[in-house]
Amino acid sequence: MADFLALHLGLPLAGATLLAIILKILVITVPLLIAMAMMTYMERKVLAAIQLRQGPILVGPFGLLQPFADGLKLLTKETIIPAGANRAVFLIAPMLTFIMALIAWAVIPFGEGLVLSDLNVGVLYLFAISSLGVYGIIMSGWASNSKYAFLGGLRSAAQMVSYEVSIGFVIITVLLCVGSLNLSDIVRAQSHVWFCIPLFPMFVVFFISALAETNRAPFDLPEGESELVGGFHTEYSAMTFALFFLGEYISMLLMSGMTSVLFLGGWQPFPFLGFIPGPLNLIIKILLLMFVFIWVRGTLPRYRYDQLMRLGWKVFLPFSLIWVILTAGFLVYFDKLPH
Amino acid sequence: MANPVESQIKPYTMNFGPQHPAAHGVLRLVLEMDGEIVERADPHIGLLHRGTEKLIEYKTYIQAMPYFDRLDYVSPMSEEHSFVLAAEKLLGITPPKRAQHIRVLFAELTRILNHLLNVTTFAMDVGALTPALWGFEERELLMEFYERVSGARMHANYFRVGGVHQDLPAGMLDDIEAYAAKFEKFVDDVEGLLTANRIFKQRLVDIGIVSGDEALAWGFTGPVLRASGIPWDLRKAQPYDTYAEYDFDVAIGKTGDCYARYLVRVEEMRQSNRIVQQAIAKLRQTPGPIKVDDRKIAPPPRGDMKRSMESLIHHFKLYTEGYHVPAGETYTATESPKGEFGVYLVSDGTNRPYRCKIRPTGIAHLQGVDFMSRGHMLADAVAIIGSIDVVFGEIDR
Repeated sequence: MADFLALHLGLPLAGATLLAIILKILVITVPLLIAMAMMTYMERKVLAAIQLRQGPILVGPFGLLQPFADGLKLLTKETIIPAGANRAVFLIAPMLTFIMALIAWAVIPFGEGLVLSDLNVGVLYLFAISSLGVYGIIMSGWASNSKYAFLGGLRSAAQMVSYEVSIGFVIITVLLCVGSLNLSDIVRAQSHVWFCIPLFPMFVVFFISALAETNRAPFDLPEGESELVGGFHTEYSAMTFALFFLGEYISMLLMSGMTSVLFLGGWQPFPFLGFIPGPLNLIIKILLLMFVFIWVRGTLPRYRYDQLMRLGWKVFLPFSLIWVILTAGFLVYFDKLPH
Repeated sequence: MANPVESQIKPYTMNFGPQHPAAHGVLRLVLEMDGEIVERADPHIGLLHRGTEKLIEYKTYIQAMPYFDRLDYVSPMSEEHSFVLAAEKLLGITPPKRAQHIRVLFAELTRILNHLLNVTTFAMDVGALTPALWGFEERELLMEFYERVSGARMHANYFRVGGVHQDLPAGMLDDIEAYAAKFEKFVDDVEGLLTANRIFKQRLVDIGIVSGDEALAWGFTGPVLRASGIPWDLRKAQPYDTYAEYDFDVAIGKTGDCYARYLVRVEEMRQSNRIVQQAIAKLRQTPGPIKVDDRKIAPPPRGDMKRSMESLIHHFKLYTEGYHVPAGETYTATESPKGEFGVYLVSDGTNRPYRCKIRPTGIAHLQGVDFMSRGHMLADAVAIIGSIDVVFGEIDR
C-alpha cells in the first residue's frame, strides 16, 4: 500500500508508509466507532424487546439515529469536575480507558492478511492491553474523591484482575493446540474444526470471564447502580462519561472479537455457508456474541462482590488450570503437539 | 493490657440515600462500614413528612379519605380500607354485602398491585432488570381498573364510609375476570426468571434472617412476619368485610430470610388472584346497593337530587358539614399488602376526627434494617431494604 501511495501521490517512501499506516488505522477505527454507536442502539432495542418495550423509535427511522443524538448531547454538555478531585488524573482516566480499548484492535485479524499489525505475540499484546485497562478504572475511582466511585473502582480492579487469571489459562489451552501466539495462525488452525467444539468448557469459561472483564451483567457490580449509584464513573459527566461508555462498548466488541478468534474460527466461514466473505463471518460472529451479552443482561440478576470473587478464584481458576493440564497431557500423550 | 500503639480504625461512613437509586424513595440510611461489611445501619426518616395525621384533624371524615391514598401510594385502596372500617365502627353501620365484596375485590387487586411493584423492584435491586418492566406493564392494567371505578389511576378515593363511591361500570367484572385468568401465567413467567435462578438465590438465601421471635418483638407484620413462620394474617385472624366467606391460604415462609419474603409475596399474589376470582363470582350473585341507605352518611343518587328537595339538602349538608360521628375511639386494622395498617380513630362527636393516629406498616420493618443488615455486605443491605417493602409515604406520614 505504501508503494502504491508513493507511486501515485509522489510522496517520499517514509511519508507514504506513515500515510498508509494512518489510513489503515482509520479504516479500522472509524467503522469501529460507528459500530460501537450502533451497538448501544442494538443493546437498547434488544433489551427493550426482552422487556416488552419499544426502545428508541423517535430519532431517525426506527430510532436509528438515537446513538448519534446521544453522542451529540454528551458532547455539548459541560464536563463537571468535582471540587475535591485530582483534575489531571480525573481527566486522564477516561482517555486511558478509551485508548486501551481501541488500540487492542490492532492485532485482530479480519480476514486472511487483513490485520493492521500481524504481531507474532498478538495474544500477549491483547492480554497486556486488556490488563492495562484496569488502570483507567482505578484512576477514575481514586481521582473522583467520592466514596461510591472509590468503592466501585476498587471492586472493578479486583474483579478484572481476578478474571484475567482464568482468561490467561484459557488462552494457554488454545495456544497449546495452535503452537503460535499469532492470532492469524490461531484462526488458520481452526480451518477444520472450531476450538469451541474440542475446548467447549474453556469456551464457556472464557465467555463468562469476558462478561466479568468488561464489567457486564451479571458481573456489573463495579457500577451496580443499586449499591454504588454509578460505580467508578459516578462523578463523570459529558464527554468524560462518554469516553468510559465508549470504552466499555469497545471492550465488549473486543471481547466478542477475541472469543470469535480464539474459539469460533475468526474469519473462517460457517459450515454450509462458505459463500460469505471472510470479514463478514467475523462480524456476524461478533454480533451473535454481542447479542448474548445483551441477552444475559436482560435475564440475570447481579452477583454479590464476594460471590464473584469466589467464582473467579475457587471455580474458574482451578477448573481452567486442570483443563490446561488435561489438554497438555492429551497432546503430549498422543503426540499431537503442533510443531 | 491493650497495646498502646494499637489504633482504632474509624469505620467508613456512607450516606445511602436519600438520592440513591436503591433507597426506595426518600430513605436516608447512614451506613457504617468496614470495607464492604455493614457494621451499623442507621435509617433516618422524616424527609417526606406531610403532617397527615394533624391535617386529618381539620377535615371532615369525607375529606380525610384522600389522605389515605397518599400514605402508601403503592397500595392506595388498602389504606382507605382501614379508615372506612374504623369510621363505620364508630358510626355503628355495616355497608351492604355488594359494597363489601367490591371492597374485598379491590383490596386484593391492590395487594397484587403492591406486590407486583415490590417483587419486581426487589429483583431490580439485586440486578435483574427485566421483571420490573414486565411488572409495570401488569400494574398499568390494574391501574386501569382503578381508573374505571374511581376516575383516578392511583389516588382512587373510592372507598366510602358506608360502602364505596359508585358501583362498578358495566362489563368491568368480565374484564377483571379476563385479567385474573391470565395473571397466573404472568406470575409463572416472573418466577421463571427469578425463583430458581441460581444467582438470585445466592443473593437472597440466608440474607437478613429474622427469627419468628425477633419478628414479633420488633412488631413486624404482613409478609415480613409470615416469612419468619408466624401464621398471622388479619384477613384470617379477625376477618373484616366479607373475608370470612372467601377460600384462600395464608402463605408462610420457613426461613425468615429475603428469599422467604420474596416467596411469600409471590404466593400471596396467587392467593389474591384466587380471592379476586371468587369475588367476581360473588359480585355477580349479589346485586344491590353499594352504600348504606342512610342519607345522613351516604349521598343520595344524582337523580333524586333533581326532584327531591330533601335529597338536595342532604347532599349539601353532607358535602359541607359532613356527618357527625358519635364520641368514642377505635383501633381498626386491616391486612394491607405490607402488613397491619391500623387507624386509631378518636371521635368527640363532631364532624371531624379528634385524633387519627395511623399505624404505618413500614416503620416497624425499617427499624429492623439495622439488626438485619449487620454483618452483611453492602449489596445485601440493598436486598434487605428491598425485601421489607418500605414506602415512605406511610412511614413519614
